[in-house]
Amino acid sequence: MITFTPRDKVSKNWTIIAPILSIFLTIFFGLLIFTFLGYNPLETLYQIFLSPFSRIDRISDIFVKACPLIIVGIGLMLCFRANVWNIGAEGQFIMGTLLAGSFALLFPNVETKFFIFIMIIIGFIGGALWAFIPAILKTKLNVNEILVSLMLVYVAMLFIDFMVRGPLRDPMSFGFPLSKPYSQGALINKIPFPGIGYLGQLHYGILFIILLIPISWLFVNKTLSGFKINVLGAAPKAAQFAGFKQNTITITVLLISGGLAGVAGVIEVSANIGQLQPEVSFGYGFTAIIVAFLGRLSPIGILFAGIMIATVKLGADNAQISMGIPKVVTGLFEGILLFFLLTGETIQKYKIKWVGV
Amino acid sequence: MGWGLIVMEALILTIIATSIPLLLAATGELITEKSGVLNLGVEGMMLSGAVGAFAAVLWLGNPYYGIIAGAFCGALMASIFSIFIINFMTNQVATGLGLTIFATGLTGLAGAPLIGKTIPSLPKIEIFLLSDIPYIGEILFKQDFIAYLSIAIIIFITYFLKYSKPGIVLRAVGDNHQSAHSVGYPVKKIRWYATCFGGLCAGVGGAYIPLALTPHWAEEMTGGRGWIALALVVFASWIPWRIIIGALIFGGITIAQLVGQSRGWPIPSQLLSMMPYLATIFALTIISGRLSKNNSVVPSSLGKPFFDNQ
Repeated sequence: MITFTPRDKVSKNWTIIAPILSIFLTIFFGLLIFTFLGYNPLETLYQIFLSPFSRIDRISDIFVKACPLIIVGIGLMLCFRANVWNIGAEGQFIMGTLLAGSFALLFPNVETKFFIFIMIIIGFIGGALWAFIPAILKTKLNVNEILVSLMLVYVAMLFIDFMVRGPLRDPMSFGFPLSKPYSQGALINKIPFPGIGYLGQLHYGILFIILLIPISWLFVNKTLSGFKINVLGAAPKAAQFAGFKQNTITITVLLISGGLAGVAGVIEVSANIGQLQPEVSFGYGFTAIIVAFLGRLSPIGILFAGIMIATVKLGADNAQISMGIPKVVTGLFEGILLFFLLTGETIQKYKIKWVGV
Repeated sequence: MGWGLIVMEALILTIIATSIPLLLAATGELITEKSGVLNLGVEGMMLSGAVGAFAAVLWLGNPYYGIIAGAFCGALMASIFSIFIINFMTNQVATGLGLTIFATGLTGLAGAPLIGKTIPSLPKIEIFLLSDIPYIGEILFKQDFIAYLSIAIIIFITYFLKYSKPGIVLRAVGDNHQSAHSVGYPVKKIRWYATCFGGLCAGVGGAYIPLALTPHWAEEMTGGRGWIALALVVFASWIPWRIIIGALIFGGITIAQLVGQSRGWPIPSQLLSMMPYLATIFALTIISGRLSKNNSVVPSSLGKPFFDNQ
């Protein structure tokens, strides 16, 4: 049987080994399931994990796909560190997009790129407001934030569907549920590379990540607020004795994560879609939960995790086209990966020994 | 019998049918939570039960095999969850989310060849003489096997938790696992059983969807019912019979908005479709406000990992 003994301190080696081992174990078990269900494991392996690297424009698309995942993941990192379970980022993403998008549609002729910054702020407010509902219910009435934030995802999905088919529909869309296209000022352009032109869909929204990663790193590691968040998550009793205001922290992390989800939505839609439609998110809010954990709740980890999960997502798209494997299959890998990552966290804290019975 | 009554009867039957998956899944989760385990994978276990049941009936032809397959698939998912949260002491919230994500992917993959096929529904069982009672006979005594089963489970659970020794031990484990352990109860084993029972019920609840509600398979066909079931446990304040009330209310709201949509109420259909989710938030808010004043009904060890220092 297996026995656990607590380690004196968290194992440094396992902190690095565990995620890598988890990835390999996930691939192994994933392929086992594919083989069992009658798919060619080698071709699946190639399509899901390698085909996204096969062309330079595909590689840059990995970054495009990773962009919303990383932004949402950074916000969720704050929540999960504080032991606040916001699993409704998908809804906050949608509401931020919708609020900023509705604002953009009020100004059909704006040219200046300054406009996009206003949209980002409005997107932040939209997402934060949607996260404020579970925040206030949690802190005032002790309502479970997991269930409320999740229920609000369904509400947000239905609401954007209603808005795009109703009040916001473009009369010229020939009955399609689409809003009017955004004005020039509301769009995020692709990055031109001298001599090459565009690399896939690579756009200026990526710059936001380059800004966000160091800021969030400084916030969680070097500020008092970041420290309070960590203490509240790791040792709620200690936080209470130290006089940290638990409710304020809970509300703050929910507002920031909701806001960042909204910003991710604005960037995603302004860069890749250019108008509102019933589906704007494609599950980014849910996938970002995995990204936050795979990144070990650290900004730099989340950067790499976002890139990795984006690769699998694009790979699954390719696998759907070439092998007819349904796209939801990425969930299979994400779920197994999460199981092993969490097990890795236990191994960091405990020594495991096999003992003969 | 007048037309009004026939319509009324049909409406009530639909409400009951809609509430049964919620009822089963919530009952299973109640037992799991009473043992101190919070399993957020209900949605995933229901999906697994649904796809397992659909496939079994498609191959074997008899709808009753679907019930067994659904129960098995749900329990299998719960045992995967148990390995991680009980034996490897992983975070229960994250692992439960992982289970739902995993099961969504797995059922999407396994169910791909099943799309577009149809299976026979569970037959209705008439209870001799009782089903002839005017008005209520058709509603209460002409149901399918799972409907009767779900009521039987609720009665059994009520008795089990209140009066049986294993039930009292289960509650002790959920309320204070350290004391239960020091008295000598096998905390991990009990949690394993309770979690697997929860998975079994969720699996049968999920199986009910293709077996009785819509005889097709579709990706993510549970549509959030697993999450509503989780909310129902809170709504019921961990008291079994209250789950029946909660499930019927949610079934009623779901059907009411569907009726509203088909009758062309002057409210946009999307806003009507929000009703069950908004009602869940509303119910949670009311109940949680009360629970925070009197939290003795909430299992004290809920969601906390147990380390037995071996």
